[in-house]
Amino acid sequence: MNENKYAKLEQQTSPKTPYLRNIVTAFITGGTICLIGQFVSLFYMTYFDFTERTSSNPTVATLIFIAMLLTGFGQYKKIGQFGGAGSAVPITGFGNAVVSAAIEHRSEGYVLGVGSNMFKLAGSVILFGVFSAFVVALIKTILVKFGVISW
Amino acid sequence: MVGRGLLTFKTTPSIMATGVTVGPLEKKSPFFDQFDKVYDDERCGLGTNEHANAKMMDDACKIALNKLDSNPSKADFLLIGDLVNQMTPSNFTASALGIPYIGLFSACATSISSLITAALLTEVGMSNCAIAGAASQHMSVERQFRNPVEYGAQKPETAQWTVTAAGAAAVTPYQQGYPSIEKATIGIVNDLGMTDPLNMGAAMAPAAADTFVRHLQGFQTKIEDYDCIMTGDLGKTGFTLYKTLIENKGFQANDSFRDAGVEFYGEDPTFLAGASGAGCSSAVYFSDVFGKMMAGNYKRVLLIATGALLSPLSFQQKDTIPCIAHAVELSMK
Repeated sequence: MNENKYAKLEQQTSPKTPYLRNIVTAFITGGTICLIGQFVSLFYMTYFDFTERTSSNPTVATLIFIAMLLTGFGQYKKIGQFGGAGSAVPITGFGNAVVSAAIEHRSEGYVLGVGSNMFKLAGSVILFGVFSAFVVALIKTILVKFGVISW
Repeated sequence: MVGRGLLTFKTTPSIMATGVTVGPLEKKSPFFDQFDKVYDDERCGLGTNEHANAKMMDDACKIALNKLDSNPSKADFLLIGDLVNQMTPSNFTASALGIPYIGLFSACATSISSLITAALLTEVGMSNCAIAGAASQHMSVERQFRNPVEYGAQKPETAQWTVTAAGAAAVTPYQQGYPSIEKATIGIVNDLGMTDPLNMGAAMAPAAADTFVRHLQGFQTKIEDYDCIMTGDLGKTGFTLYKTLIENKGFQANDSFRDAGVEFYGEDPTFLAGASGAGCSSAVYFSDVFGKMMAGNYKRVLLIATGALLSPLSFQQKDTIPCIAHAVELSMK
């Protein structure tokens, strides 16, 4: 049996990815996380001196803190298996990626273990996130300079 | 020698005792009551996952030797392996036991490659007691080959769960009343271009089918000659593919076909396609299969353990997954 024939057989045999189910569960999971975030945001605006704009920072920190606890207690991976992208894309997924790597490498010490491996997974998110923000900002600056749009 | 890589053991070395140790999650296994020792802690109360891996193997070897009223100072050879980089857990086990040692790496096929090596040493009369075995510890293997254990990535249904288990077998010159090693087939590395480490069963199935066909054709045996033909850790997807591949070669799979990976955690869907890891085949072979042979339920069995010979580096460099399968034929005389 050659490679192409086997690849065909493998595709026929392996269970199909249930895209529709995954989309629905990702929507529910991601939506629920964002809904919780909305409540946290409203909480900060109602009980503390935050505006809609400034409440985003403490909201993000709170969500990351919750994700951190769930990761530590072994629950986030279960949410991840159910929610897929729905729990990976929101900020909680970022928190999970950082904390899971930190927990994992604790056995190699704080410097060589936690310190140098914490961003093993999230590092590329930061790099490409910052880089794309830079590119977008550059485009916008140019467009504003030429008067196409305004800030 | 009847063919390339096919071995016949004239002295038919025996497996006189086995020892199997498992982690806490393995309480879910239907083979649970046949395991010799269960730890309540995934790390066996030790500081690192890797130490736990070594401890499990250490205990499995001692349990097997204890059953022979023997101890490590009386064993001639230690032939074990695991999946951690440079096999440090096995090295630490060997250091603690003080038995002349060769570390063996055939990924998840180490349970059988070690058994073959032990049988060869016994066959040539240079060993009275050789310990063969393999171990894997879920967390130490997952962190190395995949993502951190607590990372919330969605796994597809073809993914398998690395078991926390160690199995050891004491191989001695022929003794009446114990399973004896009659024949073996050394695998040829098969690579049909599979690249997905979350579908290792599909990568390993061609290797299993190849070794199966070589063994049966080389030794002129039939499926009906065996009470059980058990693969190591193909999982649900790989097991189906393997059966399809051998059917294409003119063999009809029957009820005697089993796969340790499919059966290890029962029907629990949490484990997706089933179990994997070097400890998977060794734990089942050296508990369930050994037990059934001793009890007289199985007279002749063929054990085919499969191994995916990838590393995190080869996977990231977009290489394919080369796979191997080694086979051993055991019988009760």
